[in-house]
Amino acid sequence: MKLLEYQAKEVLASLGIAIPPGIVARNGDEAAAAFARLGPVAVKAQVPVGGRGKAGGIKLARTADEARDAAEQIIGMDIKGFKVPLVYCEAALEIDREIYLGFTVDRDARANILMLSAKGGMDIEQVAEESPESIARLYPNPWRGPLDFELTQIVYDAELGDIARPLVALIKKLYRAIPGYDALTAEINPLVVTKKGDVVAGDAKLEIDDNAAWRHKDLEEKYGGVVEGDPYEVEAKKRNLTYVSLDGDIGIIGNGAGLCMGTLDLVQRAGGKPANFCDIGGGAKAEVVENALAVILMNPKVKGVLINVFGGITRGDEVARGVVTARDNLNMKLPLVVRMSGTNEEEGREILKRHGIEPGVSGWEAAKKIVELSRVAVSG
Amino acid sequence: MSILLDRETRVIVQGITGREGGFHTEQMQALGTNVVGGTSPGKGGSKHLGVPVFNTVADAVKATGANATGIFVPAPFAPDAIMEAAAAGITLIVCITEGIPIQEMIRVKDFLRGYPQARLIGANCPGLITPGQAKIGIIPQRITSPGHVGLVSRSGTLTYEVASSLSAAGMGQSTIVGIGGDPVLGLTFRDVVQLFEKDPATTHLVLIGEIGGSDEEHAAELLAKGSRLKAVAFISGRTAPEGKRMGHAGAIISGNRGTARSKEEAFQKAGVQVAETTDDIVGMLR
Repeated sequence: MKLLEYQAKEVLASLGIAIPPGIVARNGDEAAAAFARLGPVAVKAQVPVGGRGKAGGIKLARTADEARDAAEQIIGMDIKGFKVPLVYCEAALEIDREIYLGFTVDRDARANILMLSAKGGMDIEQVAEESPESIARLYPNPWRGPLDFELTQIVYDAELGDIARPLVALIKKLYRAIPGYDALTAEINPLVVTKKGDVVAGDAKLEIDDNAAWRHKDLEEKYGGVVEGDPYEVEAKKRNLTYVSLDGDIGIIGNGAGLCMGTLDLVQRAGGKPANFCDIGGGAKAEVVENALAVILMNPKVKGVLINVFGGITRGDEVARGVVTARDNLNMKLPLVVRMSGTNEEEGREILKRHGIEPGVSGWEAAKKIVELSRVAVSG
Repeated sequence: MSILLDRETRVIVQGITGREGGFHTEQMQALGTNVVGGTSPGKGGSKHLGVPVFNTVADAVKATGANATGIFVPAPFAPDAIMEAAAAGITLIVCITEGIPIQEMIRVKDFLRGYPQARLIGANCPGLITPGQAKIGIIPQRITSPGHVGLVSRSGTLTYEVASSLSAAGMGQSTIVGIGGDPVLGLTFRDVVQLFEKDPATTHLVLIGEIGGSDEEHAAELLAKGSRLKAVAFISGRTAPEGKRMGHAGAIISGNRGTARSKEEAFQKAGVQVAETTDDIVGMLR
């Protein structure tokens, strides 16, 4: 779960990190009211992706009218596939310096990494490419967290020794988001040093591990559902399915993440475009297949569905009966190709044929078949 | 011959009295795996599936001389189960459990640095099987056959698919290792390739990777230095979009890192053939 900027800042503030005064606005009037309380503000689109500045999602407002106009322009805007639900009006800062500070998971090192650079405000990947020497790094011990002397060292390494004391204290506070909230990323970029010498979070990024969602239900309750998610993904989540929306027109169901991804690749190779990724997990139970089909059929773009099931211990005849029942229960008329293997697979294929469903022997054959059938369905 | 596991390996199952643990223990026994016991706190002293149950791994090791374990406990308890096994002296730890928080796996990995003899496979993996001899985990033995192909994969069902077509083509496997789909895990592709390289019974190698991270690239770097194995690689997720987690927690492209293309290019540069579909693997391996 990626928190929005204002949500991440609330969490940072709860950890004792200074944030600029700000107010959430859902419309132009609320933005104008925010201006009345805060004075000149940055009106910022709240979306869980980067690059909103370039997309026109951040505007400075020097008057109440400007704040209203900015909010009206930004709310509802589409930024990288996300409809902006609200803006965050934040008091403009008198910036002296911008610093980069972030914790993230270094997959290669199997560890958290802390990165600090005096070159803030830019994308850290760009900094890493252009001047890698400007980034000071530390792998904190995951049991006890970073120690003061370790942090002091990297602060000096990053040539930020003049603000060593406040910075070390701030980094320790930010680190608490990692064990405390299962954060995979906790980033402040830019971390602003104001002309008065205060150190304030100019932006904030927090990503919480989905695997740990069960112990952070409070966050989901408080912050979930603000951004209007993809309707199919929302429905799939309710049905406990692993589902990702894509922009094509062939629905895909597979068991296992790798097999399912491989199936998308096959469909694309056969000239089709997958509408989704949907992993129904190991067993391929009838009820789960029906749930998956139901979500896929909600999408009016879908012209056909491919089910690819490898049955290790699962019996092919059971899978086939489940698919037939699911199709009939949902009154599905679109082309359906089922490729399955496993115990009793021949029997399973016979059952499918008897009920007018195309069985595929290999994934590749099945992919070609569904692409062909979906085209016929469109032109016919 | 094989890597990591054979019929002599003395295996326990953590969570043996659970539904999953019990079911798969029976499957492991059916293949002939030397299951010497299991653990289930509070049930020590009883018997389950014909083997003794212990309260702790240390007790089990003391009584049975176990040197390997399969972990089938729920995610909230799995990290402790892994560390318990390492501390008790187990050298092969296979964690099947899915959904362990990444921060906990980071702590587990740090803990394991103190037990260099302990090798962890997974978590969130199907485990490993040495066909005809033994298995720890959930890979169905029916689709495997003994032979000389080493198979290492991040995926479950895709591995079964490939094992099954290898077996159908008469190309048996020395050992099949499913390393798992999480971003922070135990043995990597590179580690397993190194083991296959040293195993005289393994002559061929199949690597099944997927998008996310750079473990495939690291294995390719190793293979580029020269290998006696005839190798084929396959990467799933060519068509996956950036920033979306495709099922596995580790299967996510961030920026331009972790793409299928980068992995395929790394293998090609290393002289490893890259299969476009899993159907092509058998033909390319011959």
